[in-house]
Amino acid sequence: MVTHENGGGHGQHQPPSGFIRKYIFSIDHKVIGIQYLCLALFSVFLGMGLSALMRLHLAWPTTHWFFFAGGLMTPEQYLALVTMHGTIMIFMVLTTAPQSGFGNYFLPIQIGAADMAFPVLNMMSFWTTFVSLMVMVAAFFVAGGAPIGGWTSYPPLSALGEIAGPGQGGGETLWIIGLAIFCAASLMGALNFITTLIDLRAKGMTLGRLPLTCWTWLVTAILGLLAFGVLLAACILLLLDRIAGTSFFIPGGLVITDQVITWHKGGSPLLWQHLFWFFGHPEVYIAILPGMGVASHLLSTFSRKPVFGYRAMVGAVCGIGFLGFCVWGHHMFVSGMSPYSAFAFSILTMTIGVPSAIKTFNWLGTIWGGKIQFNCAMLFALGFVSLFVSGGLSGLFLAQPSLDLYLHDTYFVIAHFHLIMGVAAIFGMFAGMYFWFPKMFGKFLGEGIGKVHFWITFIGVYCIFMPMHFLGLAGHPRRYFDASAVTFLQKLQPVHVFITYAAFITIAAQFLFLFNVIWSLIAGKEAKEENPWHATTLEWSIPSPPPHDNFGGLEPVVYHGPYEFSVPGAADDYIPQHLAPNLVRKA
Amino acid sequence: MPGTLVDDVELIDAGRGGGNPPPAGGDDDGDSSGSQQPIPRRAYFTALQLGLAAIVMFFMALASSYIVRKGLGVDWQSTPLPRVLWFNTAILLASSVTIVVARKKLEGGEREAFHSWWWVTTGLGLLFLAGQIIAWRQLAAAGMLLATNPSSSFFYLLTAAHGAHLVGGILALFYVAFRPWSRSRISQSTAAELTSIYWHFMDGLWIFLFALLTLGR
Repeated sequence: MVTHENGGGHGQHQPPSGFIRKYIFSIDHKVIGIQYLCLALFSVFLGMGLSALMRLHLAWPTTHWFFFAGGLMTPEQYLALVTMHGTIMIFMVLTTAPQSGFGNYFLPIQIGAADMAFPVLNMMSFWTTFVSLMVMVAAFFVAGGAPIGGWTSYPPLSALGEIAGPGQGGGETLWIIGLAIFCAASLMGALNFITTLIDLRAKGMTLGRLPLTCWTWLVTAILGLLAFGVLLAACILLLLDRIAGTSFFIPGGLVITDQVITWHKGGSPLLWQHLFWFFGHPEVYIAILPGMGVASHLLSTFSRKPVFGYRAMVGAVCGIGFLGFCVWGHHMFVSGMSPYSAFAFSILTMTIGVPSAIKTFNWLGTIWGGKIQFNCAMLFALGFVSLFVSGGLSGLFLAQPSLDLYLHDTYFVIAHFHLIMGVAAIFGMFAGMYFWFPKMFGKFLGEGIGKVHFWITFIGVYCIFMPMHFLGLAGHPRRYFDASAVTFLQKLQPVHVFITYAAFITIAAQFLFLFNVIWSLIAGKEAKEENPWHATTLEWSIPSPPPHDNFGGLEPVVYHGPYEFSVPGAADDYIPQHLAPNLVRKA
Repeated sequence: MPGTLVDDVELIDAGRGGGNPPPAGGDDDGDSSGSQQPIPRRAYFTALQLGLAAIVMFFMALASSYIVRKGLGVDWQSTPLPRVLWFNTAILLASSVTIVVARKKLEGGEREAFHSWWWVTTGLGLLFLAGQIIAWRQLAAAGMLLATNPSSSFFYLLTAAHGAHLVGGILALFYVAFRPWSRSRISQSTAAELTSIYWHFMDGLWIFLFALLTLGR
């Protein structure tokens, strides 16, 4: 450790001593980061449990199970599971953990700041997210149960209330309110992230020296800042349609449950789709971009090579972020849109293949010829690349209106977005967890059990989602409660059984991870070194776990780029960012 | 030593992330137990601009919904706008002038005059809100309620959303007037500047919404 030591700095401050101020209503970005990760961990197991019930039913739709009233799942229960699984996973896991969790913990440290720009706002952001989760989960416990409209909650059915189905009553109202609260929380977080990154960088931390993790957190925050306001507006319109009798999204002449709807007229369900997907597509990148940052960071660190094409990587991240706002229409190819619009959205969507390919080739370029260390963090980073490519390729199919007409709303779409947005992003989180765990808690996660966890999960997710492509190509629609009741789908039933077995094995492996976390916290190998991975960025220049104000009241100074590995002429194969040039040992 | 390292030293001097040392820290949003750090003054302006960008996106979503919904045309009936809105608009424009005067007085060290003009601004803001409520009551009395037709729905929604944001501005005006600034991380002058930027923005936003409601009826 060179420029900053723990203790003695004039600006050093003691942490709060009370339990509540230290761990509950903390304004320390590291505690808030861990709070976000805990919220995401709870949510991911909840979401996974819901998917297990769905898989169980899909494989054996007529089998009686003791935990369903009457032994069988009802169609409404199935749709409620679909809705809540999607909502919880997308908002409470994929949006919170990679950005608000890891980003909160490591963004200030990686740029050399003592905390986020606005710590109190940061705390409010977390607790607002927590309230949002509670409101959404409360939807399970109201009359009629959880909403059944899917995570996209398309009107008119979502706007009509209980008449459109049991879950469209109080459950749907809670869902919309929960989502609106989540928008507010995300806006607070995004504002804080961007301000911190723009104005709190340490001396010498130029934009060209930002770790790629920070770049992806920045672009993700910009997407969040510009997208969540639109979703908030859409939620308010939908809520007004439900509770105030307005007709923004509800057309006239609807007949629902044998009843003619006379009190609404003239609205447009497609208006919701435009608003929702204007948010929804950037949301996809909000989920995946931080994973890209972590993958880039780890591939470089564990190949002992600089990131190949750092500037191109930054440009690709910005390009993906920008294009994310131009392609929402590709979710609506079957909505009857003009073929000219569809053509434009299609071209723009396929254009995203360019920055995506730049990233993929640069990842391969980064590890090419490197001294690769196959630890768990690296394996998950490589797994991320694999899943990103596998999931991304099917995106090129879906981006073409002529193919999407056939594939829309089939299992092909489910396979596509789960691979690229779901499990790829989760692999990014696992990679980050194995990498940063020693910094966060001063203990290593178990490598042996971690590798078992990796291989089961990696093979497992391919076994789950690859066959779904074939289900989709065979014409299997998504969201069907009981495919065995449809003649042409009956032959596909063994595929469902196979997927369910694969899902259960993969889910079981996640308990290995949970066990690994708990066991490592209690009895894991101590991370005595500050920098066990011989990494370069600033978080590895301070003790593990970091002190309350990160750098002991001192301000770090940055002299190097983020990925100076195997620099010719240097004795060590890495040069930490904070190491003064005169202290770099020559070979 | 590799040449790259020499380049790095040069980069530090020109480093955008470096710059002048930030001002010394005071209390942290009123909390003395947090991770304190000196926040540069510019961070508050960055945050404000970002907040305004988010607000723009929110209102653009509503405005584009307005245009699309009107374009459907099936059941759109123009909502007659109460005349009091013109008076309200004049009040809000006047408040933008008075807040500029207030800031000039603060910069000139005339604290009493600053407070007077600041309270005039606050009063005008409250008067604007009262005027908006009068407009609502007039519309309601004419039988135009929230769900009467999409045009009136948007009228209530847009004015309410703007009003809610203006309430935020009025709270900021009170905050600047009442907060004990001697212990704060930023000066009263900076806080007043931030508030006035927000206030002008709310003014401009209202002009946009009023134009939309008037011309797009």
